[in-house]
Amino acid sequence: MPALELDGVKKSYALPSGGVHLVLDLPRYALADGEQAALEGPSGSGKTTFLNCCAGILRPDEGRVLIGGIDIAALPESGSDALRGRSLGYVFQSFNLLQGLGALENIELAMRLGAGLDRARARALLGRVGLAGKEQHRPSQLSAGQQQRVALARALANRPRVVLADEPTGNLDAAAAAEALTLLREACAEAGAALLVVSHDPRVLARFRRRDRLARLNRAATPAVGRSR
Amino acid sequence: MSRGRFAGVWLLAGRSLRQHRLSTALTAACTALSVGLVMAIFSIQAQSRDAFTGGAIGFDAVLGARGSQLQLVLNTVFHLETSPGNIPWRYYKAMQANPAVALAIPYAVGDNFHGYRLVGTEPSIFTDFEYQQGRRLTPAQGRVFDPAARDAVVGATVARKLGMKVGDSFHPYHGLDYDPAAMHDEVFTVCGVLAPTGTPNDRVVWIPIDSFYRMSGHVLRGAGQGRAYTARDGQAIPDSAKEVSAVMLKFRDPQAAMMLSQMINYQGTVATLAWPIPKVMAELFDKIGWANRVLALVGLLVMLVSAAATVAALVNTLDARGRDFAILRSLGAGRSTVAGLMVAESAAIGALGSLAGFAVYAAIMAVAAALLRDSTGVLIDAARWHPVLALAPLGMTLLSAVAGLLPAAQAYRTDVASGLSPRT
Repeated sequence: MPALELDGVKKSYALPSGGVHLVLDLPRYALADGEQAALEGPSGSGKTTFLNCCAGILRPDEGRVLIGGIDIAALPESGSDALRGRSLGYVFQSFNLLQGLGALENIELAMRLGAGLDRARARALLGRVGLAGKEQHRPSQLSAGQQQRVALARALANRPRVVLADEPTGNLDAAAAAEALTLLREACAEAGAALLVVSHDPRVLARFRRRDRLARLNRAATPAVGRSR
Repeated sequence: MSRGRFAGVWLLAGRSLRQHRLSTALTAACTALSVGLVMAIFSIQAQSRDAFTGGAIGFDAVLGARGSQLQLVLNTVFHLETSPGNIPWRYYKAMQANPAVALAIPYAVGDNFHGYRLVGTEPSIFTDFEYQQGRRLTPAQGRVFDPAARDAVVGATVARKLGMKVGDSFHPYHGLDYDPAAMHDEVFTVCGVLAPTGTPNDRVVWIPIDSFYRMSGHVLRGAGQGRAYTARDGQAIPDSAKEVSAVMLKFRDPQAAMMLSQMINYQGTVATLAWPIPKVMAELFDKIGWANRVLALVGLLVMLVSAAATVAALVNTLDARGRDFAILRSLGAGRSTVAGLMVAESAAIGALGSLAGFAVYAAIMAVAAALLRDSTGVLIDAARWHPVLALAPLGMTLLSAVAGLLPAAQAYRTDVASGLSPRT
């Protein structure tokens, strides 16, 4: 059973003019447990919509999004929230850490909202990403690279089956980007989590054996703005 | 909501309040003022009513000139208001001789010392009168007055406010209000300072009733329109010339009081028996009940306004917090969890403000107690229990939580996808 599987997923948005804009038309996409893949996603390819559908944040108009065999799109909203908390890790380009919390608290909060608080594991994860001793540091007291490491530790907090990373190196310099990507891949491999990195950075894409092009997979995508129907 | 999520919500609420500490402090201060004000309003109302209607009065009834019972009680028991007039001395003697009367003490009023009233009376006010069971007006310094001397025994508040002590001498002033031009020639000497009683008696200068009659300018008519009599030194004053402002009474049994009331108030034409004193005072509070209700309403409105201020403060933060809400949602928090965060913050502000409200309450009570003590002699106590001390803080916290539903509804509708987009 794949860790992540999208089957016949379509997603469109209503236009102010009254029509609809089809953004995503994906016949099939799957990621096995522990598998790591990169998805090339230039602007207009439906990258964000794809990830939001994977995470259950957006509901597709058609099709199924299976996380460990459970269709997140078919669950009621509370169910999809819970599944997202337990089974998915999300790493963002802009880190999206809560500024009011310390590094450790950001990880612990994800646990509270997901599988449950495990303080020892939270500390261990922070140590694993090289931030032992910075438990109480607020995001504003950390460098961009360090913030992304906290975000990575947070993504792994609930032992997810799938980690989604949206341009995880987009806000980092070359050295920090390379370091963060290595860490991301190693940590996911250790945790047995499938990893899907969406990026348009060739240096990132080059690090993955499996590379998919969303623009080619997505029948709704066009090089410019996509296709309307 | 699971325990972990619940704890997470409170952690975030606490951190958010700390992050917006200025806004939190101002809103909580506003809440504290409203809660403190409401607690003080209700507490002062209840305690002053209790003090005036059932406090340490010590007498059952007041016999005085024909007129308002309320005026009579205010004038003689609380040393407020003017005297409705005088009654002949024989009324005092008749009450003293009545077997149903346990204690009758004459009062002659109409003079003051720097605004504090002089009461001419008999030594029985110190020896027989108990303002509470087993508690008498007892000198803390000196002794009680000699009924034939120009002695004065001052109440504790008078002594404290005017710095009077045993051995001091003073000229009384005519009238109930201090007028430097109305000074009597006679000099009185302080022979005793009373221990505090927490009653209006602390604001009185007690002098012998005979000395009161003998002050310059005091013309006695035996409370009638007959020939005026002016007392002379060394000459006894005839009872027929004497008059009293009131006779303070303690009865042996209530039945007799009822009969006396019937006889004096409904069959007589000269005097009024104000009885029972608590009922007379309760009528006053019933008459001004509307003012109390208005005050209570104002207090409750202030609580509503402070709840609205809490909402405004939280709503102002919503735009800046859209991203935080989206992050929480991406971590698995449901809409109700995000909405619950706003309710928790609102309730926390209400609870913090309510706690601080006790300091405001204590401050208001301290000022009110000093004002009330100085103007009426009645004591109120901030530590005295009243249900409002629990209801106002709990109600305010609940009201704040309910008010938090408005920003919660907005947080509930947070668009996760747009909130997670990278900032440009």
